[in-house]
Amino acid sequence: MPGFLDFDFILGRVIPYLDRGLLMSLKLIIPATLIGGFIGIVLGVLRVFGSTAIRKSADAFVAVIRGVPLTVQLMILYFGLPSIPWVKIYLAPYTAALLGFIICTASYQSEYVRGALLSIQQGQIKAAQALGMSRWQTILFVIVPQAVRRALPGCGNEIIYLVKYSSLAYLVTCIELTGEAKVLVSRTFRPTEVYFAAACYYLIIVTAATWLLGKLEKKLEIPGAVRQK
Amino acid sequence: MNVFSAIIEALPYILEGTLVTILLVVGALSLGFCIGVPMAVGQVYAPMPIARLISLYVWFFRGVPVLLLLFLFYYGIFGLIGLEVSTIGASCLVLGMTSAAYQSQIFRGAILSLPAGQLKAGRALGMRDGQSIIHIILPQALRLSIPGWSNEYSILLKDSAMCFALGTPEIMARTHFVASRTYEHLPLYITAGLIYFAITFAGVSMLRRLERKVRIPGYNTSGM
Amino acid sequence: MHTPASETPILRAEHFSKYLGGRKILDDCSICMHPGDVKVLIGPSGAGKSTFLQCINCLLEPDEGEIWLGEKQINVKNSKELCYLRQHVGMIFQDFNLFDHLCAQDNVALALRKVRGMSKQDALKRAKEELARVGLADRASLFPAQLSGGQKQRVAIARALAMDPTVLLLDEPTSALDPELVGEVLTVIRDLASHGMPMIMVTHQMEFARAVATEILFMEQGQVIEHGAPDDLLAPGTISRTQDFCTRLCDLCSGDTGRIEE
Repeated sequence: MPGFLDFDFILGRVIPYLDRGLLMSLKLIIPATLIGGFIGIVLGVLRVFGSTAIRKSADAFVAVIRGVPLTVQLMILYFGLPSIPWVKIYLAPYTAALLGFIICTASYQSEYVRGALLSIQQGQIKAAQALGMSRWQTILFVIVPQAVRRALPGCGNEIIYLVKYSSLAYLVTCIELTGEAKVLVSRTFRPTEVYFAAACYYLIIVTAATWLLGKLEKKLEIPGAVRQK
Repeated sequence: MNVFSAIIEALPYILEGTLVTILLVVGALSLGFCIGVPMAVGQVYAPMPIARLISLYVWFFRGVPVLLLLFLFYYGIFGLIGLEVSTIGASCLVLGMTSAAYQSQIFRGAILSLPAGQLKAGRALGMRDGQSIIHIILPQALRLSIPGWSNEYSILLKDSAMCFALGTPEIMARTHFVASRTYEHLPLYITAGLIYFAITFAGVSMLRRLERKVRIPGYNTSGM
Repeated sequence: MHTPASETPILRAEHFSKYLGGRKILDDCSICMHPGDVKVLIGPSGAGKSTFLQCINCLLEPDEGEIWLGEKQINVKNSKELCYLRQHVGMIFQDFNLFDHLCAQDNVALALRKVRGMSKQDALKRAKEELARVGLADRASLFPAQLSGGQKQRVAIARALAMDPTVLLLDEPTSALDPELVGEVLTVIRDLASHGMPMIMVTHQMEFARAVATEILFMEQGQVIEHGAPDDLLAPGTISRTQDFCTRLCDLCSGDTGRIEE
């Protein structure tokens, strides 16, 4: 049996496989973060400032998405939609995975945005109104800039969650980092090394993302303000 | 085939999986609690090398996807160290170890949020640090941790759905199995979703009741 | 009240020094307690009074210095001896530090059970006695968050007294209290003093210090600059740093703390 740290094996076979997987993972993570983040902000704002009907329905939607495992959502998108009689929506594995991630991340992000918006003190809104700002001006120029800073730690966390949950794409046969590792294991029967190498990929992405988000948070910090937990 | 009759026929089989899911979650939460509390105490009070080691553990388990951890341990490490476990046992262990990393951070935050004077007062009365931690710090920190813990419960419950990738016979695996034979994918998955939703709700409201029950009179914990 | 100097002191802290970030915040301070002594540390803020006090029971570890409890020198590196020292030296904190998750009587009983190994029943009985002594018998089952500041501090005093301390350390026991609550705590302390409880106290209540102290130690920049009986240091017409400090303190808050000098 070859040694655990078999560099030829890792460099020659594992790395090329995992690099291909990483590329697919990034193709999932980056658009999902951007699109999901944008929808999340809109959803969050609507959940605070929208009309009652919009607020109620958005709240219900988010509660459902947050109460059901992402695994189930992906299964519904990939296996469930084609089984609807007459309609039969077929999604490619990549589309299904990406769509699932966007819906999921948008819901979670909206929760942080909503919390941050609600935490802004009434005095700030009154002060803006006293200066003659309109409702949307107040939201845009007074509330949102403050809320973004408060929401950032939570939203950053959510991005890191998304990096990790992107591995679920494998369940709907979208072969990304985890999927490639699984395929390689079935060909080489060396699970520990391969999965460990894949774990290192994730650790690097997550650590780098954490570091970057920390920097961003520092940069946006308001001088003298108490840091929000 | 009628959709409803398909669901009703499959329901007993899926509900059996619900028991497995609950077993997984309760087992993993308990394991995570038993490892997480000492880890949190160690991270705050233990000397540097131990605290570093714990941080390394937390970094690893929080940085790697649960699905990959399941594969790594079930197909790799458990075999390597000669540990023979069923899919349920393996899922429970991996989820538990992961949860320990997350729970330790919840407890650590709670410990750090207590005023430093609490430990000082214990010391001033001649209590050993271990005694102070057990009788003064932890009873307060654990109360503060309940909201975070309830969050961890609902995350863990949802993560448990991934265990079907190992063939663990829980809700998802059974639903998938029935769906692939009856081709009633959508209604069956929605049923599974509803079951998860119900368990999440039940667990969270139970924990909320616990929170109210152990609340210290006059003491405001909502600041956490 | 004064005992002959030949008798072995109950507590001696000698030549305490402590450094913080390269600065000497405590510089060769000593204190010696005989039965019945009530010593008051005064001085400007940042003088090292609290540091000195917290070094005596090693909540802050002094960098230099020796401590004797009776005839026994305490090795503070030894955790058993350290606990022994702390059991015999009670402490009252500025911000009470009651255990927030325990009701008043459990706050008092906890250390009795865990440190002294008393049974739950005995500990609770003792706790109730101590609470009665500070006038809180009817508050025994309330939690810290349900008590006023003055009541909290009295529970803290009961908690310390329950351990039968040889000496009691009080670190500005009234400075976190609303003015109208100061009196009830001072009454308890005065009562303790009149029963001969040895105490070392940091306070800004000059009039009170003068009334109960057997000795006043004036500290500045980490050193004990002057010490002596209050009548010697504070007698009208005396020229001392203590006198000077008190006059200034009096000027600052005249009308607030009331009359200090006639």
